[in-house]
Amino acid sequence: MAAQTLYDKLWQAHLVRQEPDGTALIYIDRHLVHEVTSPQAFEGLRIAGRKPWRIDSVVATADHNVPTDPTEAEIGDPISREQVAALDANIRTFGALAYYPYRDPHQGIVHVIGPELGAVLPGMTVVCGDSHTSTHGAFACLAHGIGTSEVEHVLATQCLLAKKSKNMRIWVDGTLSPGVFAKDLILAIIGKIGTAGGTGYAIEFAGPAITNLSMEGRMTICNMAIEAGARVGMVAADEATIEYFIDKPFTPKGALWEQAVAYWRTLHSEPDACFDREVALDARALVPMVTWGTNPEQVTTIDGRVPDPASFTDPSKRAAAERALAYMGLQPGTPIEEITIDQVFIGSCTNSRIEDLRVAARVVQALGRGKAANVKRVLVVPGSGQVKAQAEAEGLDRIFTAAGFEWRAPGCSMCLGMNPDQLMPGERCASTSNRNFEGRQGPGGRTHLVSPAMAAAAAVVGHFTDVRPLFS
Amino acid sequence: MQPFTVHEGIVAPLDRANVDTDAIIPKQFLKSIHRSGFGPYLFDEWRYLDRGEPGVDCRNRPKNPAFVLNQPRYQGATILLARENFGCGSSREHAPWALVDYGFRAIIAPSFADIFATNCLKNGLLLVMLPSQTVDRLFSECAATTGYRLRIDLPAQTVTTPSGEVISFAIDPFSKECLLNGWDEIGLTLRHAEEIRAFEASYRARFPFFFAQGMMQ
Repeated sequence: MAAQTLYDKLWQAHLVRQEPDGTALIYIDRHLVHEVTSPQAFEGLRIAGRKPWRIDSVVATADHNVPTDPTEAEIGDPISREQVAALDANIRTFGALAYYPYRDPHQGIVHVIGPELGAVLPGMTVVCGDSHTSTHGAFACLAHGIGTSEVEHVLATQCLLAKKSKNMRIWVDGTLSPGVFAKDLILAIIGKIGTAGGTGYAIEFAGPAITNLSMEGRMTICNMAIEAGARVGMVAADEATIEYFIDKPFTPKGALWEQAVAYWRTLHSEPDACFDREVALDARALVPMVTWGTNPEQVTTIDGRVPDPASFTDPSKRAAAERALAYMGLQPGTPIEEITIDQVFIGSCTNSRIEDLRVAARVVQALGRGKAANVKRVLVVPGSGQVKAQAEAEGLDRIFTAAGFEWRAPGCSMCLGMNPDQLMPGERCASTSNRNFEGRQGPGGRTHLVSPAMAAAAAVVGHFTDVRPLFS
Repeated sequence: MQPFTVHEGIVAPLDRANVDTDAIIPKQFLKSIHRSGFGPYLFDEWRYLDRGEPGVDCRNRPKNPAFVLNQPRYQGATILLARENFGCGSSREHAPWALVDYGFRAIIAPSFADIFATNCLKNGLLLVMLPSQTVDRLFSECAATTGYRLRIDLPAQTVTTPSGEVISFAIDPFSKECLLNGWDEIGLTLRHAEEIRAFEASYRARFPFFFAQGMMQ
């Protein structure tokens, strides 16, 4: 047998059966469920008279719809309330390994709570009706986003119908410079390979710059694999991965822990494994990144300028750039540092973990003043109740509120604006989220994707600014 | 789901790359707990001049006359002609639900995003992937001819243009069978229930630590 990649190993370990045309059934270990993509799946089960195959594979929470205003004890929007109530009712009827309803101390973004509780473990197959399920690949999981029909399929059969993807490795040499973060790295990768560069591939991120990242940083990288078109992004397990899971509520204990660790140490690509495509970058060359357009590959460096659409030779990319600049209200040639902003969003499954909030708070302290007068609102939305409690124990919330930032309750919030946290038409936002699509943060809203450090700095100075001097 | 065999219909051209699922069906409509009723909100932000909200009657909303689906010549379109990486972004199945509810039976493009493609298959929406140059040509022909129609024959895996040109397309055999028969995939998978159970037993013995997670609450 040829030397296996990490993806090959995980696929093989979960392969139940395979048809001659490659269509396979893959066994699923962990099924993360939230309120938006599950109601029709549970309804489907009920209509067909089917029962969940293994309900203790399900971990559920409410995250997309929930208000983050800490004073909103009940969900005000009646349609959102109905959807969250439907999740409550479905879990009451069908059960779950664990459920964290609205305002439970552990409630939060599904991709933040899964790992922090140890409900997602290295080597697992993880699915969720959410494209950012790729996040869990940071722990050497085979994790990907699925649609609602697939949610129902996994509930009913514990399997996913899938075809094996091709293997891609993105190798990142060197280390990131101070003030340059995982977010900048993944934006640079997407800028390089494009929003469809990973379509049909499972991407393994590897190399010194990746292994030097914290688990939080690796999650940020894998989270945005889907923005490069790849359903699956992953990083090999190492000692940092194993250490992360020590004493989490759901991690195995005693002899089972030892057995698990022994297995986890095998979760890496073999040295002579073959990849269908290899891409290489040097982390030392990277600087903070800012998107200027309406998809994540439309990105440049903080010392760059808004590009001239005429500079794109590909007619499709030129047309996309023209449309993006019109939507974003930007002129070609404008220095990125001169773009002023109206709102700032620090949060989302990309960047709402404790490390992200620490970096943002450090920037605020280093700049030594509050938000700029032109910035109407700065939302800081922790990814989970646990992250919120930890940040408060460290006093980060007080640093934010003293700077005029709003300290919110956990949820997906303004990453997609399904709750009241939205941009108004024409408003420009520095956002730590993952998508700068038209209307993503509110109809007519203009999103620039950046790291938490860059977002916090923009909030204080009122326009984009290079954070590297603050970290040197 | 509705089986797909042979379909002929009016083609609507959506000439932009990287059309994301947020554009296909904006977030506010994802609050519905039902599978149907998304058609009136398909491409809501491009199609209407006001802001759409769930439950609103769209018949009286101001339409954007420049948007392709609002142009008289494309009324009744059932085939969408699109560009690269159609359906990228969010995994929301509400996107194919909205396309199907609107009346689309097939989409032709040079490439589709992975999750979107899977979701379409589960809803009987045929995705036809053709080379960029061929798609370019179909865009030109479509622009030049009012009432431009294509005939898509899934058993033969062909697209036939009004001039009689026959273009072949590829599709994997399993997806083709599912579409032709309108199969319920869960029912298909459960035919292998014994095999899944046997796999699960050996898997559990090999990886007991994945099953040791007692209920926390």
